[in-house]
Amino acid sequence: MPYPKEYRYTKEHEWVKLENGKARIGITDHAQHQLGDIVYVELPKIGTKVKQMQEFATVESVKAVSPIYAPLSGEVVDVNRELETKPELINQSPHERGWIAIIAPSDLKELDHLLTAEQYEQHIGA
Amino acid sequence: MAVFEFIPNTPEDQRKMLAEIGLSDLEQLFADIPAEVLKKFKPMGLAPMSELEVSRLVGQMAAENAHTQRYVSFLGGGIYDHYIPAIIGHLISRGEFLTCYTPYQAELSQGTLTWMFEFQTMVCELTAMEVANSSMYDGGSALAEAMLMAKNVTGRRRFLVSKSLNPHYRQCLETYAWGAGLELRDVPFTETGQLDRAALQPDEISELAGLIVQTPNFFGVIEDLSGLKDLIKDAFLIVSVNPISLGILAPPGLFGADIVVGEGQPLGIPQSFGGPLLGIFATRMSYVRKMPGRMAGRTVDADGRVGYVMALQTREQHIRREKATSNICTNQALMALCATIYMATLGRRGLRKLAELNLQKAHHLAEKIAALPGFALRFSGPFFNEFVLRTRKKPSRLLKALRDEGFLGGLDLAPYELLDGNNLLVAVTEKRTRDEMDRFVKILKGA
Repeated sequence: MPYPKEYRYTKEHEWVKLENGKARIGITDHAQHQLGDIVYVELPKIGTKVKQMQEFATVESVKAVSPIYAPLSGEVVDVNRELETKPELINQSPHERGWIAIIAPSDLKELDHLLTAEQYEQHIGA
Repeated sequence: MAVFEFIPNTPEDQRKMLAEIGLSDLEQLFADIPAEVLKKFKPMGLAPMSELEVSRLVGQMAAENAHTQRYVSFLGGGIYDHYIPAIIGHLISRGEFLTCYTPYQAELSQGTLTWMFEFQTMVCELTAMEVANSSMYDGGSALAEAMLMAKNVTGRRRFLVSKSLNPHYRQCLETYAWGAGLELRDVPFTETGQLDRAALQPDEISELAGLIVQTPNFFGVIEDLSGLKDLIKDAFLIVSVNPISLGILAPPGLFGADIVVGEGQPLGIPQSFGGPLLGIFATRMSYVRKMPGRMAGRTVDADGRVGYVMALQTREQHIRREKATSNICTNQALMALCATIYMATLGRRGLRKLAELNLQKAHHLAEKIAALPGFALRFSGPFFNEFVLRTRKKPSRLLKALRDEGFLGGLDLAPYELLDGNNLLVAVTEKRTRDEMDRFVKILKGA
């Protein structure tokens, strides 16, 4: 699966897609592949304030529980409720339908700390 | 150095092992223990003995125990003298159960997982809760774990704790609270012996993680749980129970309890001078991912046949490490098995009959003693199989008179500093006969 060029990525395998000043977040195809079948997602509460790289959600597979880190500081304004009944969406469509949360970012300059698609592919040794 | 046939390490083996790590003497392995601690452990000074001599010596030491084969027991306070059906000892001593009693290669132990699933199911039925784990160490630590779980779910740190909670459980709470930075506040009891609701302040409730209540409480008094959950709103209602009492009392699940815990020792487990015991833990399905402990689950295999697994292991510390719901990575499997066999043997009707016997006998004895001059029931609230007597004479003197006649008379409450004056906690189980109770009353009269 190709890594969308317009997204930004963290070393911890989260992706960020900017949409009208808000940041849609999920985990990468590489991450879902490593985790295996995802059975549960602990979504953050809407309104939660987060700092960049602070743990704000968890994704649980049959063999592991993985913390998800906020790629940007800001406030959680929406979460993907579909994941409550269909956590497998993250496996099936990690970069689109399997999105986890939307953050209203407080400092867009933080994007400079994130990786481009090319840098991320290099990071995971693709 | 003496050589013992049953110890595989020879002195030569020991010498080689010590030399490998640069030591010459076994004593050097204990060098890190402070001298003042080490000197408390004196050798027993026993010469090597034959099996017969050891049996005799240990038998003599054991005979110093005042056990319930020799004494008629009215002693309670958290651990009780109930009858243990012979079938329990017979079944749990089967090698399949006794040897490897907690499964670590879980799915290979289908038999064990099956009965654990049954145990969990019975606990849910008994407490009217939605999901239970396969047990914890004892009632005290189960309660402390419930406290931690309430903190994890609510994100708050303040707990209101009933002052009539078993003081040993209270100590457990304090130990766990200290590590987790939690705040414990007392709620006093009234002259009925029940929780003083008037003492629950609204401002305390707004920042509350949970209210901890025991029923029957340490004094044997039955708490009124109705309306408590509404009072504390989204704080956790945590209730600690005596499972036998649930044969007759409405279970906490019906009153909106968020977590129900308890001591399962009355369910076919010997008193054994304080352990091993059995922790019971049950909660609501919506909180299941925050529940501590091992949990058996039922599913189907690739061919559609029913099979059992250890479910939701991703909560546990062997997977989540420091983020686990708890550091417990086992259960009291053998004791939980005793309880499962016990509950299956008695069944719903048997448990009801058992609870009725306990209730009736305790009330019979309480009435008889309260009629004696110098004795009165301390609390006016309803009680199950235990009650507190206010006594004119010191409990220590009464207990001695009783012990001289072959009775373990009860628990002197003075050391717990919960009540003023002389108070004796007396428990009456189904084992106590009319004759034993009559003699008990007679001795108290003349003490």
